[in-house]
Amino acid sequence: MRGETGRANLFTRRAFIVGGAQALLTAGLAGRLYQLQVVESERYTVLADENRINMQLLPPARGRIFDRFGRILAENRLNYRLVVVPEAALDLDAALSKIAALVTIEDHDRERVLREARRKEVFVPIMVRENLTWEEVSQIEVNAPDLPGVMIDVGRRRLYAFGADTVHIVGYVGAVTESELTDDPLLSLPDFRIGKNGAEKTLETSLRGEAGARQVEVNAYGRVIRELGRRAGRPGDDHMLTVDLGLQQYVAARFGDESGSAVVLDIHSGEILALASLPSYDPNMFTAGISNQQWRELISHPRFPLSNKSITGQYSPGSTFKMIVALAALEGGEVSPGHRFYCPGYLELGNRRFRCWRRHGHGHVAMVKGLTQSCDVYFYEVAKRVGIDRIAAMAERFGFGRTLDIELPGEKPGLVPTSDWKLAAIGEPWQGGETLVVGIGQGYLLTTPLQLAVMVARIANGGIAVQPRILGETIRDGQPLAPERPAFPTMGMSPAHLDIVREGMLNVVNDPEGTAYRARIEEPTLAMAGKTGSVQVRRISESEHRSGVVKNEDRPWKERDHALFVAYAPIERPRYGVAVVVEHGGSGGSVAAPIARDILREVQRRDPSARAPLLAPAVRPSESA
Amino acid sequence: MAQLEIRSHRGFRLAERLLRLDWLLVVLVCALGAVGIGMLISAAGGTTEPWAARQIVWFGAGLVVMLAVAVIDIGFWLRAAYTIYGLAFILLVSVELLGAAVMGAQRWIDIGVIQLQPSELMKIALVLALARYFHGIPLDALGRIRIYIPPLLMILAPAALILRQPDLGTALLLALGGGIMLFLAGLKAWKMGVAVAVVLGSGPVVWQFLHDYQKARILTFFDPEADPLGAGYHILQSKIALGSGGLFGKGYLQGTQSHLNFLPEKQTDFIFTMMAEELGFFGVTGVLLLYLAIATYGVVISSRSNNHFGRLLGMGMTVTFFFHVFFNVAMVIGLIPIVGLPLPLISYGGSAMLSLMLGLGLLLCVGVHRDVVISRRPAGGGSP
Repeated sequence: MRGETGRANLFTRRAFIVGGAQALLTAGLAGRLYQLQVVESERYTVLADENRINMQLLPPARGRIFDRFGRILAENRLNYRLVVVPEAALDLDAALSKIAALVTIEDHDRERVLREARRKEVFVPIMVRENLTWEEVSQIEVNAPDLPGVMIDVGRRRLYAFGADTVHIVGYVGAVTESELTDDPLLSLPDFRIGKNGAEKTLETSLRGEAGARQVEVNAYGRVIRELGRRAGRPGDDHMLTVDLGLQQYVAARFGDESGSAVVLDIHSGEILALASLPSYDPNMFTAGISNQQWRELISHPRFPLSNKSITGQYSPGSTFKMIVALAALEGGEVSPGHRFYCPGYLELGNRRFRCWRRHGHGHVAMVKGLTQSCDVYFYEVAKRVGIDRIAAMAERFGFGRTLDIELPGEKPGLVPTSDWKLAAIGEPWQGGETLVVGIGQGYLLTTPLQLAVMVARIANGGIAVQPRILGETIRDGQPLAPERPAFPTMGMSPAHLDIVREGMLNVVNDPEGTAYRARIEEPTLAMAGKTGSVQVRRISESEHRSGVVKNEDRPWKERDHALFVAYAPIERPRYGVAVVVEHGGSGGSVAAPIARDILREVQRRDPSARAPLLAPAVRPSESA
Repeated sequence: MAQLEIRSHRGFRLAERLLRLDWLLVVLVCALGAVGIGMLISAAGGTTEPWAARQIVWFGAGLVVMLAVAVIDIGFWLRAAYTIYGLAFILLVSVELLGAAVMGAQRWIDIGVIQLQPSELMKIALVLALARYFHGIPLDALGRIRIYIPPLLMILAPAALILRQPDLGTALLLALGGGIMLFLAGLKAWKMGVAVAVVLGSGPVVWQFLHDYQKARILTFFDPEADPLGAGYHILQSKIALGSGGLFGKGYLQGTQSHLNFLPEKQTDFIFTMMAEELGFFGVTGVLLLYLAIATYGVVISSRSNNHFGRLLGMGMTVTFFFHVFFNVAMVIGLIPIVGLPLPLISYGGSAMLSLMLGLGLLLCVGVHRDVVISRRPAGGGSP
C-alpha cells in the first residue's frame, strides 16, 4: 500500500499543478479579453459601426427653370421604371418573359438584365425599362400577383416642355463623365445627371442643390436592415430666365425653314427676351436616351443644329458694321456728317478696284444717305480717313472682339482686326485696302449675333454700355434672391453723333430709297429703325462681275450670301433691339429685314419689358406626370 | 494483493449513489447550459428556432446521459475502458471509408438518430484507456521509459487519424489531454520537456500534412489584418465584435456584429464572441469563471478519489473539458489560430453536447465512487 499512497501523493501534487495552470490560463484569457474589450474597445466600436452603417445619398430635386413670366422650361417628371429583384423573382428568365408579354422589352435590355443579375447580389433591384407610360404601369400593377419580384420604381427625369424652342438657352442634362467628377459625392451616383449645356450647365451648382443622406444599417451582404437617421438635403434653386417663351417660340416659328439666329433684347436692361438658333433639336431625346443614328444625324447635319449660333456663330457683320465706322469718324472728327463723297460705283486704291454694291454708283453721298442706301464707296472713303485702329477702337467700345459674358457656355469673342493684330497673327503688315474692306464690315472682322444685338442696343439707348444677360431671379425656398445689378456706365458718346447714325437707321427702313424700305413697320407708334447687311461667303471673281452677277437664288445654298439685319423699335423712346442673321439667306433687306420687322412688331405687341415678371410659384407643384 | 474490485459492492444502492453525486457540479453544468440556450435564442434573432429548441432537447438528453453514466459502477468503466477505446478507434478508421464529407471534413457517421462523431468519442475513450493503463502501473515502474510506449501510441494513433480528417482542434486536444495524463500519471518533468521539444521540432514535418486552409489559418493568425476579406475575415470580425462589446456589452439580443452576420458561425464556434459582444467583459468573465469552477471542482473530485483509475479518469475528463473551453476562447479572441472547436455546453450541436456530458458524467462517476478501492489488477482485465 505504500506504493499506492506514493502514487496518490504524486498524482495529487501534479493534479494541483494542472489545476493551477488552468486557473492561470483562464486568467490569461480574461486578460486578453480585458485588453480587447476595455483597453482597445473604442477602436473596435468604430470598426463595428463602419461595418454596419452605410451612408446612402438622397439626391436633391433639381431646380426648375422658368421663363420671365413663370412658364416652366425645365422640370422634373416622375420616371416610372420597371425593376426586378432576382431573389424574389426566383426564375429571372421566366419573369422577364412574363413582363415582355405586358410591356415591350428590347432584346438588348433583356440581355443586360441577365448580365447584371449575374454580377450583383440577388437582392439588388435591376432596372429593366424606364419611362413607362401610365398604361404600362397599370398593366404591371394589375398583374402584380403573377409577377413576384417585379416592381415599379419611381425616379426623376428632366423634362423640357418646349424642347427645341428653348434648347439653346436652357440646354440639357446628361450623365456625368469621368472628367466632370468633383468631390461632390452626388456625381458618383449612377443615375445622376448634370447640366451639359445652356443654363443647365451655367447654373449647375445652384440647380443641383445639396444631397441629403440617410444612414442605414446593413448586414454583411449589404442588405439594408433599417434606417438609422436621415439628413434632409436642400433642393436645387429654381431659376427665372429673362426670356419670354412666347416671343422665343414666335421667333423660331418665324424663321421657318431658314437657318440662322436672332437675338432680341431690352436695350436698357440688357435682358435677352429671345435668343434663337436654327435649326434646333429636342433635348428630350438626350434624357430619354438617344439612338446612335439620331446622334449621327445631329452631328453631321449640314446646318449645325447643335451649335448655339447666337453666341458661337461668328459672322462678318457686313453693312451692319457701318454705324461703327460712321461713329468712329464722327467721334474722331475725320469726317463731318455733311461731307459728301462721290460714288461712281467703285473706288480705286492702288491698282485695285473696290466696288460698291450698286454697280452704277450712288452719286454724291453724305453720312445719312450713306447709311440709308448703304453706299459702300462712301464707307471706303470714310474708313480710309479714319484708319483701321480707330475703327477697331470704336468697335471694341460697342462690345465687339470679346465675349460679353452672357451666362451661357461656349460664347465666342468674334474678331476685331487691328494692324498690330495682323502683324502678330499673320505676320504681315496691314494693307490699306484691308481697311476699306473692314469699312463695309467684311474681311477679317467677325461678330456674333449677340454682339450685333448689343451694338444696336447701345446705339438705340443713347450710348449706355448695356450688358446682355439671360438669368433672372434665383428662387430659393420660394423666395427670390435679389442680386445686385449695378447701373450700366455711359460710353461717353456725343448724343449728336448718335442722332446722326440713328437718323440713317431710321431712313434705311422708312425712306423709300432705304435698303429695307419694303420691310418697314407702317404703324407709326411701332415703327423701327435698322440696318441691312449682306455678306458674301465666297469671293465673286472679276469675270463674274463682268459677265453679270449670278443671282443669289441661282447659287447652291452653301454659296449664298448671309443676310443680316439689326434694328430697334419704337423710334420714339426705343425699347427693344434685335439682330437677325439668316445663313445663306440672300440679301439683308429682302430676307433678314422682314423677319426682324415681324419680331419687333411681335415684341412690341407683347411688350414683355413693361409687364411685371411673375415669380415662379412658391410651392412646387407636384412633380407628377 | 488479491483484493478484488470493489469493496462493499453490495448495499451500495442507486439511492445512495445519487446522494453521493456532486450536485453543485450538476448545477454549474446546468447554469452553462442555460447560458448556451439563451445565446442560441439571441443568435437566431430572439427565437428558439432553429437552434435553441433542439439544443434544449440535446441538453436534456445530455443531462440524462451524464447522470446515468455517473451512477454506473466505476468498475464497469474500468473493465470496458479498452473495449470502448477499441470501438472508438475502429469507428475513427471507418470514417475514412464511410464518413460523409461535411464542410470539407470527414467527421461524421450517421447512425440514424444522431450523426456520430468518432473523434468526440475518442476524447473520452482515450482518457478511459490511459486511466486504466496507468491504474495498472506500480509506482516503482514509472521510471522506466518503455512503459510509456503503449500510451504514446494510444495517443498518437487517433490524433494522427483525426489530424488527417482534418480536425486540427480535436487532434490537438487529444495530444495535449494525453500528454497531461502522462504527466499526472508520473512521467518525469524533464522527460515531458524532451517530449514537448520533440513535438515542437516535428512542427515542420506536421506542416507538410496540414491542409491548405489549415496552413492559411495558422498564417492568418499571425497577421489577421493582412487579408481582411479572406482568411483573416473571421478573426478580424470576431475581434471587432469583442472589442465593440466593451465592459458591459451591447445588451442581450443587441449585438450588431452577430445579428448582421458579420460574425461567422455565431451559433457554433464563435458563440463566445457573440456573448462577449452582447454581455461585455463582465458577462464573459463570469462565464469563464463558471468554466474554471467546473475545472477546479474536477481537480478536487479527482484528488479525493481513493482509486488511481478514478483519479486519472477524473483529471483526464477535467483537462479535456478545460482545454476544450480554452482552445475555443483563445481562438476567437485571437490568441491561437482558428482550430475549429465548439464551446462546451454553449455552442449549438448535439454530438459535442452528448460526448461532453458523457465526460462530465464520468467525472461525476469518479466522485460518486470516491471511496471505492480498486486493485491494480482487476479481474477480467487484460494485462497491460
